[in-house]
Amino acid sequence: MSIEIDREKCVGCGSCVGICPGGLIRLDDEKACIPQPERCWGCASCVKECSEEAIALFLGEDMGGLGGRMTARQEDTLLFWTLTRPDGTAQTLTVDRRDSNKY
Amino acid sequence: MDLQLRYLNTDFLIIGGGTAGCWAARAFREHSNARVLIAEKANVKRSGCLAAGVNALNAYIAPGKTPQDYVDYARADAEGIVRGDLLLSMAEGLNRVVASLEALGLTILKDEQGRYVTRGWRNVKINGENIKPILAEAAKAKGHISILNRVNVFDYIVKDNRILGAYAIRVDRPVLYVISAKAVLCATGGAAGLYQPNHLGFSRHKLWYPPFNTGAGLAMGIRAGAEMTTLEMRFIALRCKDTIAPTGTLAQGVGARQINALGEVYEERYGLTTSERVHGTVMETQAGRGPCYLQTIGISKEQDEDLLKAYLNMAPGQTLRWLESRRMPSVQNVEIEGTEPYIVGGHTASGYWVDTNRETTLGGLFAAGDVAGGCPQKYVTGALVEGEIAARAAVKYMNDEIAAPDADAIEVVKRKLESHFIAQPTLTVDALEEAMQAAMDEYAGGIRAFYRYSDESLVIADEKIRELVQQSEQLSATDMQELVYILELSERLTLCRSVIAHLAARKETRWHSFAEHTDYPEKSAEWALYVNSRLENGEIRIITRPLVREGEVYEH
Repeated sequence: MSIEIDREKCVGCGSCVGICPGGLIRLDDEKACIPQPERCWGCASCVKECSEEAIALFLGEDMGGLGGRMTARQEDTLLFWTLTRPDGTAQTLTVDRRDSNKY
Repeated sequence: MDLQLRYLNTDFLIIGGGTAGCWAARAFREHSNARVLIAEKANVKRSGCLAAGVNALNAYIAPGKTPQDYVDYARADAEGIVRGDLLLSMAEGLNRVVASLEALGLTILKDEQGRYVTRGWRNVKINGENIKPILAEAAKAKGHISILNRVNVFDYIVKDNRILGAYAIRVDRPVLYVISAKAVLCATGGAAGLYQPNHLGFSRHKLWYPPFNTGAGLAMGIRAGAEMTTLEMRFIALRCKDTIAPTGTLAQGVGARQINALGEVYEERYGLTTSERVHGTVMETQAGRGPCYLQTIGISKEQDEDLLKAYLNMAPGQTLRWLESRRMPSVQNVEIEGTEPYIVGGHTASGYWVDTNRETTLGGLFAAGDVAGGCPQKYVTGALVEGEIAARAAVKYMNDEIAAPDADAIEVVKRKLESHFIAQPTLTVDALEEAMQAAMDEYAGGIRAFYRYSDESLVIADEKIRELVQQSEQLSATDMQELVYILELSERLTLCRSVIAHLAARKETRWHSFAEHTDYPEKSAEWALYVNSRLENGEIRIITRPLVREGEVYEH
């Protein structure tokens, strides 16, 4: 499990650099990059921190990943998670922080 | 590279701004006006094991039950090897911290009468996606708390068995800090990455516990001669295959049973303690009845939808898996597997040997959360209570003087760090880490050894780890992050030696899978005691101690 950073969408704000619990993200030429993606834990802290939806979570092929990419966007208490599959189909799930897990 | 020296003074140093650390800072300021410094390797907002979130508080006492019930449960799950004094003092604070978390903004599920909805009698359901930011903000909101992010503490400063502070380096700049303090709390979390993980390739950091929790606090304590307890009681999590996502939400939340490939529910064959659930899964697989699953086929579409959201709040990779494969749990059972072993005192009883106030055997050094031993099943809320207890006890040191640092000792530490910047291109941290994990896996009871080991295999494991310790002295770094990786490997190697010594010392099998000794496959009444250890002149000395019950106050 790791992340992928879209250089086109990245605005170089560096918020992901500061938040990564592994210190794995750096700014290179004013764009965020992850030189060693295999060190990522997959916690998605950076995915949620990025206001540009430039960072996507994915599952490595060695753990059965099928190429889907998941980004997140926050609005107040709402988190919108969008999964985009390699065939272009996408699905968005909305979670409200005020709603508890029921299980 | 030359390291720049910086001297810092504080009253109460907290090493690790995770769950226990943030809460301890807050609690300390409620009892004292003294200064607090939190030194955090990452960023307190998302550091530690709660980075991704959590969707239940697993240590809570429902109406009708008592703290003693919690102690009894934890004792039974650990087959008796717990500290009654620690468990009871923790259990008494659980519901109070749950209420505090809610007051700070954590969403907790309630019924129409406004009562918490519990899962079983020890668990409340939450939306914990933002629990770590809440804890970090709670610490920041109190005055006189300084937070240093990206600062990696790697050794204690100790004189005459009294802690005086700690050494740290910046992760992003060539700075060596000498931090002096009146009292210190170790709250660095437990250790992952000692054993070969489930995935060996690109996804090798997809662990249950954070790969960034390297056992720093435990290793620092071992090196400084602190007494450790029950390191042989490893923790192995039963998880969703591949994504290593939690199974409790499926097992307890939607009532999914553990079944083998024949569709048989096998839980009852092996017992229902935490370790027996892992053991049963291993045994079924070895008997040719694997793989094993959580039986989710038949749950409703609505439950599918709820599960997708529930996992987003703690393990988004599992939601990603379900969505991209288009195979939801209602139509496909969720395969399960055991992880590699961890040393984590929030789940089992391994960690520092502490007194009832959570003070270690080094004067002025306290431990809370996953580094503190004797008190399993503490989870998030128990770690918070431990942070409170330690912080309250640390106040007694606030009238002491801060000791001046020893210039000669600092120079030795500085030179040793700088020696790693001299190029030795033949060895890499990754190669030695892989060798360490392979040795632990094969000879000290990892996944691929079905968690089993013998006296002979442990001798081999110890030899290999000792060789790796020698080799690690020659590792080289080109920047501070690489220096941190060298220090982290050294921490893991230090801890591996102690784990091996503990596994060898307990000559019984009290916990299947967690400590499965093939030379002594049965539980023995003789071993109803603590196995402790202390590093003395480079050798690990094993100390056994009688069990401590609740109602007693334990002093060193």
